[in-house]
Amino acid sequence: MNAGVEKGVAKAVTLRRNVQIELQVNGEPTEVSFAPYKTLLELLREDLDLPGTKHGCELGECGACTVLLDGEPVLSCLVLAVECAGRSVETVEGLAQGTRLHALQAALTDLGGSQCGYCTPGMLMTAKALLEREPSPSRERIREAIAGNICRCTGYQQIVDAIESAARELRAGGETAR
Amino acid sequence: MMRLPWFEYRAPRSVAEAARILAGEGPGAMLVAGGTDLLPNMKRRHQSPSTLVALRGVDELKAVANGAGLQLGAGLTLTEVVDTPAVRERYTGLWQAAAQVATPHLRNMGTLGGNVCLDTRCTYYNQSYEWRKAIDFCLKKDGETCWVATASKRCVAVSSTDTAPALIALDAKARLASVGGTREIAIADLYRNDGIDFLARKPEELLSAILLPEANGWRSCYWKLRRRGSFDFPVLGVAAAAKLAADGTVEAARIALGAVASRPFLVPKAGEALVGRKLDDAAIGEVAGAVASRAKPMDNADMNLYWRKEVVSAFTTYALRELRGDDMRAERLRTARQALAA
Repeated sequence: MNAGVEKGVAKAVTLRRNVQIELQVNGEPTEVSFAPYKTLLELLREDLDLPGTKHGCELGECGACTVLLDGEPVLSCLVLAVECAGRSVETVEGLAQGTRLHALQAALTDLGGSQCGYCTPGMLMTAKALLEREPSPSRERIREAIAGNICRCTGYQQIVDAIESAARELRAGGETAR
Repeated sequence: MMRLPWFEYRAPRSVAEAARILAGEGPGAMLVAGGTDLLPNMKRRHQSPSTLVALRGVDELKAVANGAGLQLGAGLTLTEVVDTPAVRERYTGLWQAAAQVATPHLRNMGTLGGNVCLDTRCTYYNQSYEWRKAIDFCLKKDGETCWVATASKRCVAVSSTDTAPALIALDAKARLASVGGTREIAIADLYRNDGIDFLARKPEELLSAILLPEANGWRSCYWKLRRRGSFDFPVLGVAAAAKLAADGTVEAARIALGAVASRPFLVPKAGEALVGRKLDDAAIGEVAGAVASRAKPMDNADMNLYWRKEVVSAFTTYALRELRGDDMRAERLRTARQALAA
C-alpha cells in the first residue's frame, strides 16, 4: 500500500491490532495475544514457547508441524491461530508425564524410529491420534495414517514397527493412548 | 520463513452473513475454509487478500441431506465426505476421488468446496516469490509471459481437483449463494478453460453445497495418476459413471477427465458411444482411445508430457473395467498403492 505517498491524500489507516484468544494447550487453559496473520505453528513456537512442534516446509507438504486440534491430526503451518479460539491443541510437549515417556516415544527410541528427529514430533502426534481411534491398527493402516509425515532417515520400517509395538504396549497396559 | 501477509479476518456464522461480507468487501476479499490451498499461496504471495472471510464457523456448510439424491455442504472436510456412508455406498467415484486427495492430515483440513474451487497449478506458478521474480513472473500472476507456451495469450495452468471430475461424471450441481439469492448450475459449468479465470463463480458468490442426483442404478469410479500413491496432486484423473441394464448393456454413461486442461471436463461422445453396447474389451478399447484424444496435457506438471497423454487410454480402460465389475485391486495397488475397495 502506498496510499500515503500521494500528497494531499489522506493516508489510509490500517489498524494492525493483535488478537487475543483463549485455547487449551496440552490440557492447560491458555490465553494469548498475537498478530492475526500468525499460523498455529508460529503461535506455538514463538508466543507459547513450545518449540517441540517443528517447522518444515511451511506449505503442508511434509507433516513436521503436525499437532492434534480437537484430537485430529492437522498441519499447524496451515491453521490460522485465530481459528483455534476455544479449541484444544496437543503438541509433543504434552506426551511425556514428567520423566516418563509416552509408550510411542519409548518405542520410537528403542526401535530406531527416530534418527535425525525432525519428523518425530509430527509422527508421534499422528500416531497418537491413530491409536486413540484404532488401538490395534494393521501395518497397512499405520502406513496410511502416517502418509502425510515425511521421514528422510528411517525408510519408515522402524517407525511402523515402533507404532505397532507401542500399540501392543498400550493395549497390554490397559490404558488408552491417553 | 514465509509469513502470511496481513489481512482482516472475518468469521461469519451463516451463509447469508458471509455473502453480505463478500458483497461489502468487494474483490479484495477471499473465502477461506480449510486453508490448505489458499494459505500456501498467500505465503508465496500468489494471493494477498485484504480480507479473509473464514467459513469454518458456518454450520449450514456442513449439512448432509438425503432426499432425491444427496446434498453435501461445501464446508464438509474431505475426511467427512469420505466417512459419509451414502457417499461410499452410492457415489463410489466421489468417494474414491475424495479419499485420494493429498494425505489424511490435509483431508482433515481441506473441504469439498475448497477442492472443487482449487486454484489451478503450474510449475512456473507454484513457486516462492523469489523464484517467480527470477523469471520475471508468469502470465498467471504478476507477469506477461506464459513460460509453458510462450506464444499463448491464455494461461494454461492445470486444474488439479480430484473431486470435480468425479462430480461431473456423476452429473452433480453446484449451489452458489450471494446476497441476490442462490442459483444452481451443472458442476461442469462452474469451470472455464482458462488458468487464471477458471471459475464461473462470481466474486460475490460462494459455493454452498454440492447436489448429487439420485444414484438410481448408476455406478461410478475414479482413477488418479500421481507420482506418490500417498500424496500429490493428480497429473491425470479419469472419472466414469454408467447405468447398466440387468444384462450389462449400457443405458447411459459419462466419462470426465481431470488434470489435462485448465478445467475438468466431460467427454460427451465417449459416454454416448457406449450406449446400447456391453462393456466388452472392444467397446472399452474404442472409447478409451476416443477419450485419450481429448486429453491435451501441457508440460507444466509432474511426469513426462507424452507419457501422461499416452496413459489416458490405459486409465480410461481401468475405469471402464471397474464399472464392468472386474476386480481391479491389483491395478489399483500397482498404480496407486491403495486398493480403494468401496
